[in-house]
Amino acid sequence: MTRRYVDRPGEAYHSLTQHSGAFVDINMKVLVPVKRVIDYNVKARVKADQTGVDLANVKMSMNPFDEIAVEEAVRMKEGKEHHAAGTASEIVVVSIGVTQAQETIRTALAMGADRGLLIQSDADLEPLAVAKLLKAVVDEEKPDMVLLGKQSIDGDNNAVGQMLAALLDWPQATFAGKIVIADGKATVTREVDGGLQTLAATLPAVVSVDLRLNTPRYASLPNIMKAKKKEIAVKAVADYGVDTAPRLKVLKVTAPPQRSAGIKVADAAELVSKLKTAGVL
Amino acid sequence: MAVLVIADRDGETVRDTTHKTVTAALKLSGEVDILVIGQGSKAAADAAAKIAGVRKVLLAESAGLGHQLAEAVEATVVGLAGGYDAILSPATTDGKNFMPRIAAKLDVAPISDIMEVVSADTFVRPIYAGNALETIQSGDGKKIITVRPTSFDAAAEGGSASVESVTGANAGKSAFVNEEMVKSDRPELGAAKIVVSGGRALGSAEEFHAVMDPLADKLGAAVGASRAAVDAGYAPNDYQVGQTGKVVAPALYIAIGISGAIQHLAGMKDSKVIVAINKDADAPIFQVADYGIVGDYKTVVPELMKALG
Repeated sequence: MTRRYVDRPGEAYHSLTQHSGAFVDINMKVLVPVKRVIDYNVKARVKADQTGVDLANVKMSMNPFDEIAVEEAVRMKEGKEHHAAGTASEIVVVSIGVTQAQETIRTALAMGADRGLLIQSDADLEPLAVAKLLKAVVDEEKPDMVLLGKQSIDGDNNAVGQMLAALLDWPQATFAGKIVIADGKATVTREVDGGLQTLAATLPAVVSVDLRLNTPRYASLPNIMKAKKKEIAVKAVADYGVDTAPRLKVLKVTAPPQRSAGIKVADAAELVSKLKTAGVL
Repeated sequence: MAVLVIADRDGETVRDTTHKTVTAALKLSGEVDILVIGQGSKAAADAAAKIAGVRKVLLAESAGLGHQLAEAVEATVVGLAGGYDAILSPATTDGKNFMPRIAAKLDVAPISDIMEVVSADTFVRPIYAGNALETIQSGDGKKIITVRPTSFDAAAEGGSASVESVTGANAGKSAFVNEEMVKSDRPELGAAKIVVSGGRALGSAEEFHAVMDPLADKLGAAVGASRAAVDAGYAPNDYQVGQTGKVVAPALYIAIGISGAIQHLAGMKDSKVIVAINKDADAPIFQVADYGIVGDYKTVVPELMKALG
């Protein structure tokens, strides 16, 4: 990461500093962890034996929140939106999962990431184990920022980013709806209950992204072709020497209770009388 | 076994979500303490002390804790963790922010968004946006848990716990800049007894507010929206009910011009009574509605306003 003074850094910076110019940080190395999950358009179905959700022959895609993280990193590299050109200079994408997770990494490379790393694992690791592996990757890669989705849409834990920040002793900025990089900090507007909160996290930091940060691009055909030539290193969980043993035992996975359809009422007057009888008005 | 509940503070009081988390905590143990965090929180701590079943209230005040920044909350709670077998927080954006950080510092696997306490080490939580429920057993000595408030009843008032001060950590490597909270006289979406939600059928932001606001005011309800309505710009983001927005479970949920996409249903299907108003008789929302009116909201809502008197 290098620092450069910019006279007219754009509107986003003026809200942060009293000066017309600002120090912007460029040439950041950004690490983006991505997860291969069931496609968000597919309804998850519980297996009959209650051992989990049926993933056989189901369409898999990049976790939508991670896609937003990849997009933001690429915009930082391109200098799109409010980001200064070259805010990021290198984007490394890492995935922990089955061999096919290489396809997910390839998707990120086609969007504009530079290289990939797959840590192969057939086990579905818990967030604590994932955070420990990512810490080992950060120790090796030494990025200026880890940018990732706030949660994966399968486990819905919303934990890995926060846990990684804790293990690294880095600041965290979760649920980002806007990220501005300047003055050695990530100034992040977070989507919180009841409104928005803005905080400034000193870099290096972990930033987890929320839905409204951006709309991810579709990779163009030339970029998909180019991505095929980009490097994906493949490693094993054992290469990192961290304890990934599960702490939680899944006793069963069940379908939620189904609501049954009620009745149609003729008009508003009948509705109000039914609601009064039901005791909710 | 002692349990610590981290309160959801709101100025001089604690939110209802705290009471609900206490209910979950009391299912684990009779020894439940509450931690109130934030500068100038004495009044909130006194309010927490009135929750029935609470043993004592700990008050951690420091300048760095005012906005519940994760690093300062983590340092404060980790300092207290030795005395507790389980630490619970409501699954608010604050709780979701700092609890996994606390868990990692303690080398514990966090358990997110529990809907049910099966036993002291076994819990039910939603996965795949509530399309499946997993029952998990924790092998960790300490449990770090966030609680889905809508799944538990609020603990009653009537307690008289003592309040004692504990050391609050100061800010770490992040600093609060500002916040923009939506100001409203209406109840908060997550806590409202009645929610009226509008969908894309309303067609514009002007129409959304012209239809939804008077109805909400008449019912004393919070206003929600489907993701489609939010994405179309008819309603602000924090109105969004669903998988990617808020999960609500009011006594009465009225869906107006909402078709009922899976992602919306995930956010409201636990409501006690669901009403759907939609002109498409085949809309999926009717499959979960207790009472449905097939008709155009433009005629049904004015009639409803009249019928409510």
